[in-house]
Amino acid sequence: MKVKEILTEKEGEKLFLLGNEAAVRGALEGGVSVVSTYPGTPSSEIGNVFYKIAREAGVYFEFSSNEKVALEVSVAAAAAGLRSFVFMKHVGLNVAADSFMSAVYTGVRGGMIVLSADDPSMYSSQNEQDNRIMARLAGIPLLEPSNPQEVKDLMKFGFDLSEQFKIPILIRTTTRISHMRGVVNLGTVIQGKEKGYFKKDPSQFIVTPVYVVKMRKELIEKLKQIEEKTEKSPLNKIIDKGGREIGIITSGSAFNYVMDVVSENNLKVKILKLTFSYPFPEKLVLDFINSVDNILVAEEVEPVMEKEVLAIIGKYNIKKKVYGKLDGTLPRIYEYNPDIISFGMAKIVEKELIKREKYSTKLSLPLRSAILCPGCPHRATYFALKKAIKKLKLKEEEIIYSTDIGCYALGMEPPYNMGDYCISMGSSIGIGCGFSKATNQKVISFIGDSTFFHAGIPPLINAVHNKDKILLVVMDNRITGMTGGQTNPGIPLDGMGNPAPEVSIEKIARGIGVGLVKTTDPVDLKETEEVFKEALQFEGIAVVITKHPCAMITDGENRKKGISIKYTINQEECTKCLICVKNFTCPAIYIEKDGSVNINPLLCDGCGVCAQICPKKAIEVKKQG
Amino acid sequence: MSKESDRGEKTRLKNIYKIQLIGVGGQGTIKTSTIVGEAAMRKGLNVVMSEVHGMARRGGTVVTELKIGEAHSPLIEEGAADLLIAFEPTEALRSLNKINCNSFVIVNSAPIVPFTVSLGISEYPELSSVFDELKAKIKNLSIIDAQKIAKEAGSIISENMVLLGAAVATPGFPVDKDLVIQSMKENLPLKSIETNLKAFELGFKEVKK
Repeated sequence: MKVKEILTEKEGEKLFLLGNEAAVRGALEGGVSVVSTYPGTPSSEIGNVFYKIAREAGVYFEFSSNEKVALEVSVAAAAAGLRSFVFMKHVGLNVAADSFMSAVYTGVRGGMIVLSADDPSMYSSQNEQDNRIMARLAGIPLLEPSNPQEVKDLMKFGFDLSEQFKIPILIRTTTRISHMRGVVNLGTVIQGKEKGYFKKDPSQFIVTPVYVVKMRKELIEKLKQIEEKTEKSPLNKIIDKGGREIGIITSGSAFNYVMDVVSENNLKVKILKLTFSYPFPEKLVLDFINSVDNILVAEEVEPVMEKEVLAIIGKYNIKKKVYGKLDGTLPRIYEYNPDIISFGMAKIVEKELIKREKYSTKLSLPLRSAILCPGCPHRATYFALKKAIKKLKLKEEEIIYSTDIGCYALGMEPPYNMGDYCISMGSSIGIGCGFSKATNQKVISFIGDSTFFHAGIPPLINAVHNKDKILLVVMDNRITGMTGGQTNPGIPLDGMGNPAPEVSIEKIARGIGVGLVKTTDPVDLKETEEVFKEALQFEGIAVVITKHPCAMITDGENRKKGISIKYTINQEECTKCLICVKNFTCPAIYIEKDGSVNINPLLCDGCGVCAQICPKKAIEVKKQG
Repeated sequence: MSKESDRGEKTRLKNIYKIQLIGVGGQGTIKTSTIVGEAAMRKGLNVVMSEVHGMARRGGTVVTELKIGEAHSPLIEEGAADLLIAFEPTEALRSLNKINCNSFVIVNSAPIVPFTVSLGISEYPELSSVFDELKAKIKNLSIIDAQKIAKEAGSIISENMVLLGAAVATPGFPVDKDLVIQSMKENLPLKSIETNLKAFELGFKEVKK
């Protein structure tokens, strides 16, 4: 499949789509006009597809500077009567939360969907928060798809629902839904309106106490009406396998595991799949509870529905057992899978469930840890900084390295060990401010270009104003790298690939009043080391911007130009000092069985930094094309 | 086979066919899985697949799982895979928990040694002991030098298509060869398709000989 087909493939056809790709198609079938995001895995591919097709689709798309801004862009579009779609990873909703909570109060005019991609088991996230709780906190209707087809269909359903009740809708996926591929039957793409018109009504769009008092009441009334919908919605369905001993209430990915375990073992159970799961359909669930002997709730991650079920049981004084996370039938933490569900269900059903032999190995397998790519400019930055610290005879163990969310957080790994604290986007600087005040230790903060635009500017203002002593290294690799390479405000391209003004990090730092601001190319190790030496001795806040394109960019450009630059090691000159292997750790450089050091030409990116660090000048360039 | 007859045709497999693919970032594991999945869809079968994305992980382990047939979840139960395609010898061992004594297993014999071995923080076992263990546990085992065969076909990058060819040749593979080839054409760059098709055929012959 080509990405374009997500837009161009006709109604009635099928595509093998990723959950995230299905979200794009669903938005297009729903007549979306404005789409915004800040990249975050597991939601990133939605943006990557819009980046490629938005212009042709006649949809406005942007990579906003952060999730709060993204939400505001979409909510304003919806206030102007357009259909809008904003998506983010689960923790992105924390950043957007301030506006998100109030946007549910004000409501919308055009349909608006907020998609949160949660990350059970934290494959690429800093926490395991369950945003179904956010839905309850905000009072926003919630949809939970179980596969790409449902993701697509719920987008369109969500837009209609949103317009009917004039309220944004939250779709909660998980990694396993966003990154699951399945057969999707396509509907018709509808061209959204190009421009809306904002009809003024301060009583709806200004959240002063006078107005919100009324809005709060309206919200609760809306939720009551929507609950009547969830009670009767065909999205909430019962699958009756012909028994009443156990009734399983489930949603999202957990539904898939339940279905596979039930089918494979031919279990006679009754299943209630809740897709339109908030406002929680009390009567529907009550009837279901009454129709079975005992209940199992299977859900990821928190016992959200389980507590709702327990509340109903308590309210109606029902004497039935509820199995789930709270009694330990199923685990409280991490992602589920068919084996976990099977293990849990084996505890409560009479029947013996299928168990298979399980092989394992006693051999110790090589670790394939995440590492900075070959040619990654961050490695050069860390190497140069380490050298500067050594030259100035600073005690490394006395330095606090406050790092941030991005590839460069891998600097915490050996041999660099430059990462001591990291909790959220932009935290490197705020945390740096705190350590600067609370200790006499030297503070070095690391932040990427995209993260700096996202949440780095307010804490930098704080650092200047409160006279904190921090060396801030902005690792500007000209891309939002870790999420797969999206544009950001520092790049002369916008979210649709159109030329855009490039926002200067250096000018921002100077404008705020940072005492020392320097930009250097980290691939020039010598110069970068000198810049770091000066910055490390500066009293006050210093900002060093290490600016060099991400290896993904240089790789792509070289391939286009047909240039192939590879480095090799001259074995006659190499003394096997292993500085390139042990101190620099480029994954392209390895030790052969015979002890000689070599460079894997398939991995070498041609950055040439290794040639600069070799004391014997044994690393040589080989250029082709 | 005409395009129309491939589509929309209601086909049901008696059992769900489960394939695990495991490799190292950059080897084309996800692309290979997608080709199989789309081919199954063309045959009119239901198919679900799980793939890993996430942090820039060049060099990390990449696992994809495919269930062809009436399955809901894309995750394969332990010991339930019908077919394992391992793009790297030690990665085959990492997936042992997914296979059983009847599973078909295709293993690329070319090792990829990670930087952690050079750094001395992990070990790469002797290749012979890796193969011995695989041979002891798996009766339907094909160890294939996909790197060498890909070079023969014209490019080392076609390694994944050698393994795909080998997989399609295993007994019980649920999708016809011509549908897989059609799917390759729809998913791979035009300029490298000849090499990839050659690699695929050589891999196919490696198992069907």
